[in-house]
Amino acid sequence: MRRLAFAIATIAAAAVNPAQAERLVVSLSNHRVAVTSNFVGTELVLFGTVEPDAPRAALRSAYDLVTTVSGPTVTLRTRRKERVLGIWVNVDSREFIRVPSYLGVLSNRPIDQIADPTVARRLQLGLNHIILTQRIGADFADTVSDDPFRVNFIKLEKEAEQYREVSNGVTFLTPTVFRVSIPLPANVPTGTYTVDVKLFGGGRMIARTNTALEVIKSGFEQYVFEASQNHGLLYGLVTAMMALTIGWFATVVFRRD
Amino acid sequence: MQIYLPIADLPVNIFLVLAMGLTIGFISGMFGIGGGFLMTPLLIFIGISPAVAVASVTSHIAASTFTGAIHYWRRRAVDLSLALMLLAGGIVGTAAGVWLFTMLRAVDQLDLAIGLSYVTLLTTVGALMINESVQAELRARRGQPATLRRPGSHNWVHGLPMKMRFKRSKIYVSVIPVCGIGFLIGFIGAVLGIGGGFLLVPMLIYFLRVPTATVIGTSMVMTLITMSSATIMHAATNHLVDAVLALILMVGGVIGAQFGAHTGQRMRAERLRLLLGLLVFAVGLRFAYDLVVIPDDLYSIRLVRGQ
Repeated sequence: MRRLAFAIATIAAAAVNPAQAERLVVSLSNHRVAVTSNFVGTELVLFGTVEPDAPRAALRSAYDLVTTVSGPTVTLRTRRKERVLGIWVNVDSREFIRVPSYLGVLSNRPIDQIADPTVARRLQLGLNHIILTQRIGADFADTVSDDPFRVNFIKLEKEAEQYREVSNGVTFLTPTVFRVSIPLPANVPTGTYTVDVKLFGGGRMIARTNTALEVIKSGFEQYVFEASQNHGLLYGLVTAMMALTIGWFATVVFRRD
Repeated sequence: MQIYLPIADLPVNIFLVLAMGLTIGFISGMFGIGGGFLMTPLLIFIGISPAVAVASVTSHIAASTFTGAIHYWRRRAVDLSLALMLLAGGIVGTAAGVWLFTMLRAVDQLDLAIGLSYVTLLTTVGALMINESVQAELRARRGQPATLRRPGSHNWVHGLPMKMRFKRSKIYVSVIPVCGIGFLIGFIGAVLGIGGGFLLVPMLIYFLRVPTATVIGTSMVMTLITMSSATIMHAATNHLVDAVLALILMVGGVIGAQFGAHTGQRMRAERLRLLLGLLVFAVGLRFAYDLVVIPDDLYSIRLVRGQ
């Protein structure tokens, strides 16, 4: 039943709007980013073209593109300090539930020029419109975009280079061929990232596609990290032994008596 | 050259961290202290989270005190039975400290607790040390001999029951204050990421009348074992010990300590104590400043859960 409804809707859409028959073809320069001991951040490149869906379908002269890269979700607590008895103390906090640990919104021009606020909110375009669920008392909800906790949360994430909105992150090489540069900072979280590419024409979304990438700790870093998480006691013993060995070694090397 | 720290989750300049290790190592060798109270704030300053800094510094102190302990052991300047009694309290104190550390982290007040404790501890101890060394200096100017407070000067500590004889230190005291001091040092060490040498040495001298011949060596053995066990406990419960960070700090620390010890031996004891007092007091003031002045950002973020 649902499939039938979908088919009818598709046919209806095609009939009403035959010109909207674009298709997005994208390719990521690298699907796997390895964080090694000399990792200082990197930049991934996504290439793509706008293709006509049917052979004779006409293409528009100008497109807009918004790419949203979201890292693995985390739950973060944002705390606010207040002066209590002359010193600054954390007094209030809000939990942001399962929000992206990394969020990059890349577009060819500012989001508010690409789509109006209603469309932007519906499609979660940009940092102002992305849904960031907070635990407020017993409720789970997103707040208005000028809520102080939300504003400061985004500000801190931007300062930590984890959240960013780049209005010149997409370059159209020809009217239909584009390049997106995805910056990944040195402290990028590990895990699976989704890359959501949305194509706009005349203020409306006309095509959309997804891809994914993976950030992994590799080699020695991963080994150390996993050991510390999964075998804490053993890891501690080894670290303590290392400390003693180095301490002992120093007395041998610098022995004066 | 940047190196990525797997637990602290950020890249640092390896030479910067090495230089920090060398500098603190130099100071610790010069004054015969672990240097944790300087290292932990420095690490926080370069962007490492307080929790990881505290947990990682414990292993750095273990390394530098082991070097010192071997040195004093060879000179037969360690009172092992006294160290073991201190440790009996110390291990319990460390476990309690690690527990409190975990608790404070859960209620978002770890940074405040670390800040407040540093202020209270460092300004008090610093002021006492400055006062004491200035007095000594003045006495020396007036040509009076340094007061030898040891003989006959029994205080209330010596009235306590369960007395025990510590042969190498030539003292006969109750085990209650010994275990109590051990507990306190272990506790403070685990919560604040400091070895506690700069607290333990004065406490042993003033409360227990431990002679100067064995006090530093004994304190080093005690610090060594509490810090090694704090490393293991922090790693097992909070998973916050960054071995890569600790390794760089240790290498710098043990080298710096050798040169520091050399410089320290050529200075007068009172002058040395005055300098250390000033240093301790200054670090305390720095922490007080951070607590009172409006922070750059009133908001801060902490990770509650991963995926």
